[in-house]
Amino acid sequence: MTAVALDAALRASRRRERLEKLTGMGFAFPATLLLVLTSLAPLVVLIVMSFTDYDLGNLGFKFIGLGNFAKAMGDSVFRRSLWNTFIYVAIVLPLAVGLGLVVAILVYGRKRTRAFYEIVYFLPVTSTLIAMATVWSFLLHPKLGPINALLGLVGVQPRAFLSDPALALPTLAVIGIWHLVGFNMVLFLAGLTAIPKDLYEAAAIDGCANPVDRFLKITWPMLGPTTMFVIVTTSITAFKVFDTVAVMTHGGPMGSSEVLLYSIYLEGFQYFHTAYAAALTVVFLAFLLVFSAIQAFVLDRRTHYG
Amino acid sequence: MTAIRRFLSLVLVHGFLLAGAAFVLLPFVWMLVTSIKPPDEIFTATLRLWPRHFSAIENYRYALTSAPLLRFAFNGLIVCAGILLVQLLVGIPCAYALAKLRFPGRNLLFMLTLLALAIPVQVPALPLYIALAKVGLLNTYFSIMLPFFLSVFAIFLLRQFFKGFPDDIIQAARLDGMREIEIVWRIVVPSSLPAIAAFAVFSFVAHWNDLYWPLIVISDANLATPPLGMLFFSDAETGSNYGALTAAATILTAPLVVAFLLARRQFIAGITMTGVK
Amino acid sequence: MASVTLKGIAKSFGTTEVLSNIDLDIADGEFITLVGASGCGKSTLIRIIAGLEPQSAGSVEVAGRPVDHLRPHERRVAMVFQSYALYPHMSVAANIALPLTMQRLSLFERLPLVKYVSTRRPRVMREIMHEVDSVAAQLQIQPLLARRPAQLSGGQRQRVALGRAMVRHPDVFLMDEPLSNLDARLRVHMRSELAELHARLGSTFIYVTHDQVEAMTMSDRVAMMDAGRILQLGTPSELYARPANLEVAQFIGSPAINVLPGEVADGNGIVVAGSTLPIATGLPARSRVSVGLRPESIAPRANATAGDASLRAHLRRVENLGAELVLHCVVDGLDGVVVACRVPADQDTPLNGALELSFSPRACHVFDAEGVRVADRAAPGGAR
Repeated sequence: MTAVALDAALRASRRRERLEKLTGMGFAFPATLLLVLTSLAPLVVLIVMSFTDYDLGNLGFKFIGLGNFAKAMGDSVFRRSLWNTFIYVAIVLPLAVGLGLVVAILVYGRKRTRAFYEIVYFLPVTSTLIAMATVWSFLLHPKLGPINALLGLVGVQPRAFLSDPALALPTLAVIGIWHLVGFNMVLFLAGLTAIPKDLYEAAAIDGCANPVDRFLKITWPMLGPTTMFVIVTTSITAFKVFDTVAVMTHGGPMGSSEVLLYSIYLEGFQYFHTAYAAALTVVFLAFLLVFSAIQAFVLDRRTHYG
Repeated sequence: MTAIRRFLSLVLVHGFLLAGAAFVLLPFVWMLVTSIKPPDEIFTATLRLWPRHFSAIENYRYALTSAPLLRFAFNGLIVCAGILLVQLLVGIPCAYALAKLRFPGRNLLFMLTLLALAIPVQVPALPLYIALAKVGLLNTYFSIMLPFFLSVFAIFLLRQFFKGFPDDIIQAARLDGMREIEIVWRIVVPSSLPAIAAFAVFSFVAHWNDLYWPLIVISDANLATPPLGMLFFSDAETGSNYGALTAAATILTAPLVVAFLLARRQFIAGITMTGVK
Repeated sequence: MASVTLKGIAKSFGTTEVLSNIDLDIADGEFITLVGASGCGKSTLIRIIAGLEPQSAGSVEVAGRPVDHLRPHERRVAMVFQSYALYPHMSVAANIALPLTMQRLSLFERLPLVKYVSTRRPRVMREIMHEVDSVAAQLQIQPLLARRPAQLSGGQRQRVALGRAMVRHPDVFLMDEPLSNLDARLRVHMRSELAELHARLGSTFIYVTHDQVEAMTMSDRVAMMDAGRILQLGTPSELYARPANLEVAQFIGSPAINVLPGEVADGNGIVVAGSTLPIATGLPARSRVSVGLRPESIAPRANATAGDASLRAHLRRVENLGAELVLHCVVDGLDGVVVACRVPADQDTPLNGALELSFSPRACHVFDAEGVRVADRAAPGGAR
């Protein structure tokens, strides 16, 4: 190449690079703008606000440092709602994951009935939870609901599931499990499908014939990453419980079913203690970040099996 | 396995699955059945499943007239469609840029999207609410849709997908004189339709069923999305008209369920996308 | 080490018949290859022997005993899969040890956590690891024992799969296209390794492949299959020199055998491209036949031997393989029939345009209209 041609080629390639840069930035611009406006800026505002004493409608505000957080620690209502949330997650997590796994394994082996079971178990996931929660309220009605009628047949006293402080949260947990099992089942089915069939055949030849051995030696280890993923997603979803509380119990009776998000909602949008609600939201976010960090870490290991 | 053992294991398996299925279907069945029962049958505490007299028309008519249920469904449609449209319009070019183009700040942007993945809508809710209130945009379709216009999930997902798209095809298109924006919409997108369709399903379902944010920004029942509408309706009807309540629940749940039954594969692919996440 | 006998094996999936009436006697210590194109049923047959598929009819015997009612791991067979089927979450050592841990530890001793209670387990595991070590030494994979399959190359994974099969000291080794996933050079290398392994172990090897070179170079006997039937069973030489039908003739050998259409003439001859070949077929006159000629049997010869027949042809293309050339020629009078000839590279005869190809009638393989080999008096020992 002559010097002139070389120079022209260099200029052309620099032009291309510049064009690529401009195009890239142009393509990314709307998303970046929205990201800043609807995620990042609000996040910053939220954090800053949590250090103030602002209530909605006030004219001004002061910085009070960690005052809101200290108040939260000392607030028995907040502590109770955090505790309730953890209890809820503690009930939902093992059952939603465990049942999802069991159902997936059982359904995976079916040939003709598989589609039927997949559809049935997945229905709750597609349904509008609020609507179904209303139906659940009726199902659990102490006098009119079929569940209590069924219990009556067996000789058990009718229970006011949603008005009994000891039963309200577990009942919501059962509904939460009802809502999630199909989702986890689908995720586990995807994981099961990814296990190569010839592993089971090689195992059959190697003597790994009965169901217990096959599960322990192949199914469970190969499902490892999927299981971790399901655990983390279920934890996050359970932690964000809100709909059933808002529609069925409104946090009652006596705050026994008030969960973290519901407290935030009340403080922020009913009582308008904005700064305090912001602090609670920061706590909420902190927990979620821990869960998500675990999820990211697990996903990293997922690609390890190659 | 001998025939008897196989038979027994089948009985056990199906027994368990059917018991579970019964539990899962219980609310749906009860909802449908109650919505066609007259009030006197609802209020007798018997376990009778099938009604003796049919009140379907009355219940449904009451539900439809005392609450603008169809309006709620319509709102849901507008909101979800609007959200999806903007999500795709904004997300696809951004995902493409992150996957295929080099520009300053690309890595930073990607890191930020990863961070935003962990932030659910409840976090920016407070500040956004205040901002919308100050601008007077509460109680509008726009206010419901705003926080969701950007779907970092879409960007993340599509970026993964676009990364796998062969560079050669893109280079060939450039050589043919196509501008980058055309390449995105006329070449890359058509071949990514399965992923986009699955995401569309995921997004639509998620926002149809969303309660928290609409609850915060909407107080006008005319703009309520299905979950919010149901909440209004059930609060108004506290405890009394179960026939109408279940009729309303049926009407509001039906669209998604029917869509699911028709497009089961897309639904499940969409939901499993979170697995790919 | 044992013989394998298949009697009347048939297999259908629904209404599709995949195997029909397979009879096969495999001697103890023999290396036999099932070869054929995709879909001919060879993989299904080997899976039936392994017990992974039940047959629709017929019986399988190993070492003289019927094994049809036995589960795969009870049949004393070991299998190497095309994809190797190594357990990805276990180390190489654990992969190879698995058959032994399944055999020698009870279910109780295998359960997680509980297994540590067993006092017998450590001793058994030590024995097992000892055997794993010795197998790994034989296959030269000892440095890899602690790694996971994902960290190994294709050839290494293959050896691990072999190790897992060998450690059981099975009566029969079953191999389902084990070399297909390797690159060409590695395949050539592994062919000789497998052959050596067979010589060393002396076990019965049943090998499945679609590659006729593997079949020819490694086996004691070859069974060529097509559409669920065995077309021919014999040594590699038998299949090459006396193919029982046209399909076998065309499958074995590279470049493929040349097939020329011909017609039986009155008297003892076959007319091909205008010339009459002195081959007696015993078929009625004017019957259609196919005449097969291996590429090394036909060539432009400067000095044709007496008794040779000849064909006129035009040279179309020359392939230079280094030590030899393959000439692709179009025979005059036979439209579209291209004949391949192998000649040494230091050919004296000028190669241009029109050629006269000569061949000995004794080198012809004649097949009737159904593709079945016809006995001919001109060929040496012309038995069918």
